[in-house]
Amino acid sequence: MALKIEARRQISTRMLYMTPFIAVAATVVAGFFLFMMLGADPFEALYVFFISPLETKYGLSELGVKAAPLIMIAIGLALGYRANIWNIGAEGQLTLGAVCGGAVALAFWEEQGLYILPLMALAGMAGGAAYAAIPAFLKTKFNVNEILTSLMLTYVATLFLAVLVFGPLKDPMGFNFPQSRMFSDSATLPIIWEETRLHIGFVVALLAAVAGWVLLTRSIIGFQIRTLGSAPAAARYAGFDRTRLTWFCLMLTGALAGLAGTFEVAGPIGQLVPNISPGYGFTAIIVAFLGRLHPLGIIASGLLMALSYMGGENAQINLSLPQAVTGVFQGMLLFFLLASDFLVRYRVRRVKPLAEGV
Amino acid sequence: MNIDTLLPMLLTVIAAATPLLLAAIGELVTEKSGVLNLGVEGMMLVGAVIAFAVTVGTGSAILGIIAAAFAGIALSLVFGLLTLTLMANQVATGLALTIFGIGVSSLIGSSYIGTPVEKLAVLHIPGLSDIPVLGPLLFGHDILVYASVAITVLVAWFLKSSRAGLILRAVGESDLSAHSIGYDVIKVRYLAVMFGGLCSGIAGAYLSLSYTPMWVEGMTAGRGWIALALVAFASWRPWRVLGGAYIFGGVTILQLYLQGAGGIGIPAQVMNMLPYLATIIVLTVISAGPWRGRLDAPACLGKPFRPAS
Repeated sequence: MALKIEARRQISTRMLYMTPFIAVAATVVAGFFLFMMLGADPFEALYVFFISPLETKYGLSELGVKAAPLIMIAIGLALGYRANIWNIGAEGQLTLGAVCGGAVALAFWEEQGLYILPLMALAGMAGGAAYAAIPAFLKTKFNVNEILTSLMLTYVATLFLAVLVFGPLKDPMGFNFPQSRMFSDSATLPIIWEETRLHIGFVVALLAAVAGWVLLTRSIIGFQIRTLGSAPAAARYAGFDRTRLTWFCLMLTGALAGLAGTFEVAGPIGQLVPNISPGYGFTAIIVAFLGRLHPLGIIASGLLMALSYMGGENAQINLSLPQAVTGVFQGMLLFFLLASDFLVRYRVRRVKPLAEGV
Repeated sequence: MNIDTLLPMLLTVIAAATPLLLAAIGELVTEKSGVLNLGVEGMMLVGAVIAFAVTVGTGSAILGIIAAAFAGIALSLVFGLLTLTLMANQVATGLALTIFGIGVSSLIGSSYIGTPVEKLAVLHIPGLSDIPVLGPLLFGHDILVYASVAITVLVAWFLKSSRAGLILRAVGESDLSAHSIGYDVIKVRYLAVMFGGLCSGIAGAYLSLSYTPMWVEGMTAGRGWIALALVAFASWRPWRVLGGAYIFGGVTILQLYLQGAGGIGIPAQVMNMLPYLATIIVLTVISAGPWRGRLDAPACLGKPFRPAS
């Protein structure tokens, strides 16, 4: 008896939706050994990492706080990745969104009014989209690889934020700390669960996911995006405008990432600081893949990745493990997902060697 | 500017160029075989932390460098397993490798933050190193600086003049033809990916043992990505990678000197943007210039290959 690998005639839809679960299971098993190597009791550590954050009101609310930016960004990324447009600079677009939204908040620091938050949201989306327009322009005009340009701009964005909080936007009464004033109440997001930090941004993220789903499955542009990714030749033959789709995907992701950035500074943080995001823009890449580039799947994978941040924090507090465990878990999860994707396109069959048949 | 100020400046340019050169020449070989590994940044980070940890643990920088090389190879094998054996998307897997590398390196490095290590020693060549000016400039470096140039020379010769190099290029230009005349495409690509991992690991070791002899989280600061850009900038030619790495090293040092010169009133962070902006500009110029279309990217770059069985 031997094993034979053969290509499936069609990709297996069942496997396509199974692989995230396989990947999560494999990550838990690998995590077991990782914790053992780090000298912790693996059962206790897995419990602390994956279960304990869900046991308290604080934990559940923080799950929403961290999932909101991940879901928002991943929705945009997923549309792009479906069309083979590889924006990996969402972290920079988030930063620019936070800067623009935050600048509005600081400009209206002494004002009050319901118009301030929508204005901030618009500014944040515009900032993120404008920043994503740079790789879009270079890609469509000069055919410059968007992977490298969007990533390089992330470093530039972080430095730009630092220039502002160390300079013009620094709190004049802040003892020279590199941070802005605290935003006024009118520039702070409403809380939707009392006594927690869970803000309206979580609801916006869920709405964005539903809107993304409608866009992808029910609209012409969604159809064009799906065709461009799965059958580029057909898309060309049908006359789909690749330039327009590239602009659309990049600007949409930029706007969503910018909105997520604005929500971070207007919500949990409440001011501009040098470090706004613990890598949400990069983790959202995993969220998009783990959610199978499907807007509704992204809600689930966004919550799971939020849990990995919480788990890392809890492991640090309760077991004094380094918080970097989170990054290792996230990386492993993506590895296992990509590996198990093999089962979507191929199957392993047992075949009898010829001699045995006689 | 006299020779006394110019010399240290040139030395720092060489130091800034070396990690870029090492990582880029490895990635060049990988890409020449038709594989795009975006995990350079992750492999460099793990190389940096492993080199540091082993050097601190054993007291031997050479062991540290060797360990970093093996760490780079190990990570590249994970990449190879996923993309070559399991035919996963190369872009996504490369990103995964970088995310994983960032996580693993900060996990391993968390206990080494603030630990000092002795800077990699300069190889003193009696006689030659003592020549004024030329001595320190050409013969006053540590082993990895020489290694980076030596590897470049070897790669240039290997790709141009050796039979194995010809096979590697054939695999990258036309995997189907190479396969049909009997070459093992997957094996060649595995070897090329491993060489890329080895070089990235050593590039990381240079950062944590020589460039800034300490461990800092995320200390590569995008150099892995700049190395990727360099390969395209160099049109996949080893000698141009060498030139490109030194130009980028120059840009890095230029911003340091402009900061040092102070007075011009530009915030340090704006200066720090220079290498990243330079990368974008360079990529745009080579993509848009009159030589467009003659970039010589390997024809099979990034495409999965599975022999029909």
